[in-house]
Amino acid sequence: MTTLDTIEAIPRIYIHKLFVRVFHWVNVVGMTMMIMSGWRIYNASPVFESIDFTFPKWLTIGGWLGGALQWHFAAMWLLVVNFLVYLVLGFATGHFKRRMTPVSPKSVATDLGKAIKGKLPHSATTYNAVQKISYIGVLLAIILTIMSGSVVWKPVQLQELGLLMGGYEGARVVHFLGMSAICAFIVVHLALVLIVPSTLIPMVMGWGRKTKHDLEDNTP
Amino acid sequence: MITRATSKLLLPQTKELQNIQRRLFMKKTLSLGALAMLTGCDATDPSITDRILGAMSKWNDEVQLAIFNPNKPAPVYTEADITDPFPFNAFYSEDEVTTVEEVGYTLELSGMIDKKESWTLDRLRALPQVSQITRHICVEGWSAIGKWGGVPFGDFLRMVGADTTAKYVGFKCADDYYSSIDMATALHPQTILALTFRDQVLPVKYGFPMKLRVPTKLGFKNPKHIMAMFVTNDYPGGYWEDQGYNWFSGS
Repeated sequence: MTTLDTIEAIPRIYIHKLFVRVFHWVNVVGMTMMIMSGWRIYNASPVFESIDFTFPKWLTIGGWLGGALQWHFAAMWLLVVNFLVYLVLGFATGHFKRRMTPVSPKSVATDLGKAIKGKLPHSATTYNAVQKISYIGVLLAIILTIMSGSVVWKPVQLQELGLLMGGYEGARVVHFLGMSAICAFIVVHLALVLIVPSTLIPMVMGWGRKTKHDLEDNTP
Repeated sequence: MITRATSKLLLPQTKELQNIQRRLFMKKTLSLGALAMLTGCDATDPSITDRILGAMSKWNDEVQLAIFNPNKPAPVYTEADITDPFPFNAFYSEDEVTTVEEVGYTLELSGMIDKKESWTLDRLRALPQVSQITRHICVEGWSAIGKWGGVPFGDFLRMVGADTTAKYVGFKCADDYYSSIDMATALHPQTILALTFRDQVLPVKYGFPMKLRVPTKLGFKNPKHIMAMFVTNDYPGGYWEDQGYNWFSGS
């Protein structure tokens, strides 16, 4: 039995900053409320007339359209304020630059290839290119969803922004697609946490332990 | 049940038991919290969630009034864009629509208005008319483009000597619907007392004898079959607003 086999022998390392953890968990609450109330609002008038699809009532909150709208327009403040603080701190502290760059189409392709073969090692401290592009992607999806949601809410006051999305009806479609992208991210994100549950600890506590890959690799 | 409770009491308060109790308590608290969040009603106090949501809705009224630009027009469209047939929408079905006879109809004015005499349709039709092709957006999410014509509401309010520093204009309708809007929106150039739809006398199903057309607000803030209107500083609410739809509901 080598020391590497006992988890206590692996030194603790600081992985997630406090502001990242606070953002993450507030965002979990905010996103849950926004998505579940949003599905209820969607049900009142499905976006795509050709597709006869509504969300199961038990997956929604608010009880009726009016209740769901109240949840949606209350939770949006939590979600947006939390997200803006995160963006400011993310840029100001160099968090985004450090954790999400550099990333190139080539590195994404290489790491995606490894991931498909099941040979993409998990590092506790450094994101691989697939992780980087996923996080950048979901942040952009959130921005797009907030912007299109604002147009759906204020199609007259924000009509110039709306023009970029094809007006009110276009903004509804963009809002739906943005939500879909966020949900797709959440599904993969949760699946990966189930596969590598040790990633949950640092998102709560801040610290975590190096992975086998980190210890074999010489880079810190 | 009794035996179980007694045997429980007889158990020594070991650390383990305390832990189990604590865990059960935590579990209960957590599931209560989760239930409250998921259902939108708090299982312990039926009003706390609703109170927070209600307060947020009031806050959103303030925000919307602050960002409302009284001079910014809603986008206008062409005749070719008009949705045909334009959807019927109300809190009842189309066969239950309220018919108001033109004979004997007058629009009643009350509240903070100088000249409170009522108005016949002919007198309203004699005033300068405007028309607009704008998008009607329903709170449900769908939208439709229509053409409405009538009297600019701001001109009408000034003409009858309404106190335009008052906060609200309220409406009472023949179908027992009621609603109210803020003064800034009432004075918006595109807010009109609509007497026509697609250049014809406003059809019964679209709100004869008149509808308030407000292209800067959601559809339910466009009352139909208007019988009376009043200017006030006391919050008048509305049919849907009193049930939980956001009052301002601006576009």
